[in-house]
Amino acid sequence: MRKKTLIWIMTIVSLFSALLTGCHGRKGMEPFTMPEAFDENVDYNITFWAKNDTNKTQTDIYKQAITDFNKLYPNIHVDLRLYTDYGKIYNDVITNISTGTTPNVCITYPDHIATYMTGDNTVVPLDDLIADPEYGMGGSLVRFDSVREDEIVPQFLNECKIGGSIYALPYMRSTEACYVNQTYVERLGYEVPDVLTWDFVWEVSEKAMETDADGNYKVNGQKVMIPFIYKSTDNMMIQMLHELDAPYSTPEGEIGIFNDTTKSLLFTVASHAETGAFSTFKISSYPGNFLNAGQCLFAIDSTAGATWMGSHAPLSDIHESKKVEFETAVRPIPQFDTQNISMISQGPSICIFNKPDNEEVLASWLFAQYMLSNDVQIAYAKTEGYTPVTIRAREEESYIDYLSRAGQDNKEHYDVKIAATKLLLENSDKTFVTPVFNGSASLRDASGQMIEEVTKARRRKITVDDAFIDKLYDNMRSLYRLDSASAVGGDDSDRDLGPLPAATRNLIVILIVVWAVIAVYVSVEKIKERKRKNA
Amino acid sequence: MKKKIIALLVMTMTAATLMTGCGKGDTDKKSEGVMTYEEYAKAPLDSEVTIEAYVQAKQGWWENEGVGVATIYTQDKEGAYFLYNAQCSEEQYNKLAQGTKIKATGYKSEWSGEVEIADATFEIEDGSYIAPAKDVTSILGSDSIIDEQNKFVAFKGMKVEDAGNGKAFMYKYDDSGSQGDDLYFKVSLNGASYTFTVESYLTGADTEVYKTVEALNIGDTVDMEGFLYWYEGINPHITKVTVK
Repeated sequence: MRKKTLIWIMTIVSLFSALLTGCHGRKGMEPFTMPEAFDENVDYNITFWAKNDTNKTQTDIYKQAITDFNKLYPNIHVDLRLYTDYGKIYNDVITNISTGTTPNVCITYPDHIATYMTGDNTVVPLDDLIADPEYGMGGSLVRFDSVREDEIVPQFLNECKIGGSIYALPYMRSTEACYVNQTYVERLGYEVPDVLTWDFVWEVSEKAMETDADGNYKVNGQKVMIPFIYKSTDNMMIQMLHELDAPYSTPEGEIGIFNDTTKSLLFTVASHAETGAFSTFKISSYPGNFLNAGQCLFAIDSTAGATWMGSHAPLSDIHESKKVEFETAVRPIPQFDTQNISMISQGPSICIFNKPDNEEVLASWLFAQYMLSNDVQIAYAKTEGYTPVTIRAREEESYIDYLSRAGQDNKEHYDVKIAATKLLLENSDKTFVTPVFNGSASLRDASGQMIEEVTKARRRKITVDDAFIDKLYDNMRSLYRLDSASAVGGDDSDRDLGPLPAATRNLIVILIVVWAVIAVYVSVEKIKERKRKNA
Repeated sequence: MKKKIIALLVMTMTAATLMTGCGKGDTDKKSEGVMTYEEYAKAPLDSEVTIEAYVQAKQGWWENEGVGVATIYTQDKEGAYFLYNAQCSEEQYNKLAQGTKIKATGYKSEWSGEVEIADATFEIEDGSYIAPAKDVTSILGSDSIIDEQNKFVAFKGMKVEDAGNGKAFMYKYDDSGSQGDDLYFKVSLNGASYTFTVESYLTGADTEVYKTVEALNIGDTVDMEGFLYWYEGINPHITKVTVK
């Protein structure tokens, strides 16, 4: 009778425990598991959220890739949704995670994936998919000549690792370049060095601010001149801190940016904003617009924006009548140490979102893999100053031929674009990325916002001093919630993970009680047995 | 007696009308510390400005790291003010209707030729005014059109041209977009052509103007109304198109 009671108690307790665990797990999705086979008789509709640089050719390449892929896999239908801004993709994905309507395949930054991963099993880890002998990279059942893992440029694949697992495939890579109006720099009495230093850029920029008696800038004879414009100020701060080996963040998510080196850099930026020698995209507009109008000497933008740079740029937002003739030099971004140059690695990666149907995920994976095939890689890379992410594409004869034709025309072989591409191809070993963790996207935003804030402040005649910076640091910590960032990568064994969820705590208590009951029962039974033996 | 009553009524009504008129005049008068449009126009870039104006259209509200911001076309009887990403709660945004009077303080800025008030905060005041569309067709292409920047304007009798893709419009400026994106279309007058935009945040795919532009044909003659936005030259954000 007592045994039966105990069994009942344990059964109820176990069921209750299972229910509690079930409640907790219901919020997320089951982790993806590799299906045994891919059923090609079932139709799969997958959504692909992609980013293009407001470049119709890129749009056409995506569409062509989808058409070509559908010929190989007639049962997989890819629906393309285009964005021109990574931030908008990020915002939409965040919104759709909460409603369970994420895309299947998505162009993204690893920083963003770290945030997506705060949902349970939201993003599919790709390690098993990559290694699968049948459907993995170079797999025997893949219907196209898929690249092998070792054919992806290793550092680009490593950039997609978060917490030891691969969560994305690199799609394209770019870096930042300084597009220089060489004609005007020389007019000011300087020669453009192979590697620019920050001091050189600041000095020439200040020199360019000289005006004549009519208020026209001497270097261009116009009323407008912003000698140095940086498109992405988050990259500007990250780059400068990296060059100086100054703290930014640790891989574990510890924020280090609010330091004296940052403060010193902000003071420098502010001093040149005050004279009008420096501005930013957010404050003034696209660097390329000013460069092409002869109103900027040093325009820093992505190599993926190279087709907008220079007198003969194939793409331009300014009227032809506003363009001026000058020689464009393409250089790595300014350095503090010219013997040890570095440049940021950036560009789109592809992640796959988890779905209840594992075969749907597999369909997504096959499409993602297809985006790394030579046809797509080379075609897309040619649209801008991008480099393919696969060694196979980089070594393809047609691609090498393309690079050798720089300057033959101002369209596909536009010299500035190919020079920008070569900048990364020749310096791939000098690229770096920042640590990825939940909160790293906010830290990136804050690093740029600090430059924007000091630049605006000095333009508005607001004092930028220690008190201003201290307040700015406080505002950034608060606005971007930088005191609560949490790691998803790196060695986090020593990290305080915070209190356990209530359901987990309850489960542990229940298990302890169950074991205690079992222990008491066994002890009582043993004592009884001993008594019986002694009787 | 009847005549006296009628005379009294007439006097009362006249006085009431005059008083109402005075009240209306008062709403046009700038509060203390507020710039006239002329003072605003003369203010240097990056200087702090305080203006009073009336909302003519809203171009979207969004949240940036938990801070709500809104982009708003405003105008008084003298000129127009474009508030870019002004701090604005969603509740405050919902209270803004066409004609709502606001008092805004921010910094006069310029982005690609567009003069705007950046980093603004604002409060809602009593008063209402809806600007009529000013016909600027005759000054299209002239230097003086910049004086009308950001105003609610009208263009009349313009001819729809090939947008560059063999059609009357494009989704995004280079035809790389799809329905829901900004619409770009070309219209010409006296041999000169101009690119006009239906800004999707201002008037989205479900609006009449969006649908009208999607249905345009090359060669159509159209009258248009919209806001005289600027991006490296005139780039009107069209809110109404009438095919003639």
